[in-house]
Amino acid sequence: MATDLEDVLAVAATWCAEGRGVALATVVSTWGSSPRPVGSQLVVDDQGSMLGSVSGGCIEGAVVLEAREAIADGNPRLLDFGVTNEQAWEVGLACGGKIQVYVERIE
Amino acid sequence: MENKLLTALNLGRAEGRPIALATLLEGKGQWLIDESSGGGASESAVLLARKAIAEDRSQVVDCEGASLFVQVHNPPLRMVVVGAVHIAQALSPMAARTGYRVTVIDPRGVFATEERFPGVDISNEWPDEALRRIGPDVRTAIVTLTHDPKLDDAALEVALSSEAFYIGSLGSKKTHRARLNRLERLGFDKAACERIHGPVGLAIGAKSPAEIAVAILAEVTQARHIATTSVTS
Repeated sequence: MATDLEDVLAVAATWCAEGRGVALATVVSTWGSSPRPVGSQLVVDDQGSMLGSVSGGCIEGAVVLEAREAIADGNPRLLDFGVTNEQAWEVGLACGGKIQVYVERIE
Repeated sequence: MENKLLTALNLGRAEGRPIALATLLEGKGQWLIDESSGGGASESAVLLARKAIAEDRSQVVDCEGASLFVQVHNPPLRMVVVGAVHIAQALSPMAARTGYRVTVIDPRGVFATEERFPGVDISNEWPDEALRRIGPDVRTAIVTLTHDPKLDDAALEVALSSEAFYIGSLGSKKTHRARLNRLERLGFDKAACERIHGPVGLAIGAKSPAEIAVAILAEVTQARHIATTSVTS
């Protein structure tokens, strides 16, 4: 069924089985208006593939970079994004919301 | 996350078991928790995870001073469509894409075929029998599309006796009035009958089967996320 293609966790398992380096990003908290609810997930591999989403496309680019680093060093990360965010990449949510994303490597 | 934890999580999801993944956001610790097993987590973490499962809400909770993220994986929402008609063919894949596990019921074998409904659970049972077997719960939507009273009414009798979060019936205002009169004669009171969304779907002027499917799915979505007065009245 169509949902299987969107099943981020199933795809993560498949990519792992193929021997790819894989990281999972999960929305753990939101404040104000945010495009994707808590629990939304994005899976990223070490070859440039990704599936799913943690926002409306506003922060995926930054999350993918962090995910690649997590694949490389194995350390999980807790990332904060929002309009007042002062982080180096200056990624913000145009909608004015704030979200927290947990990024972890699949071991 | 350890790969074996991911495998166990996916197995639980495939089996349709309510299950939660609990993750310490600072420091190390990640456990799978369901009704029968705490996966080695502390007693308070297990209690918090089971509470989140019951609330059907993923959330960060305070667990003995630590931030614990509980991600809830409940079985998929279900949509039961009575009548394997043209609208059902449009609605089924849209609902599946929206996250519903779809069952199409039609005792008329010509309509409910694998060819017309690829990848959908099909039942050729009589609607009331099929619905009783499926057992609609608070995560189930029921849509009747045959506008044949002997099929739709049989389904609605079971639907109204269930906790389904959405019940909708295809048919004009006149057809719907006649339907409600029949159901009232069967002993369903006004409050029960008001649970039925009819004419089915949001009023967006839908004409084609696909447009009507959009209107229905929009109304089901509204019922899921916004409490409607008809449910509480």
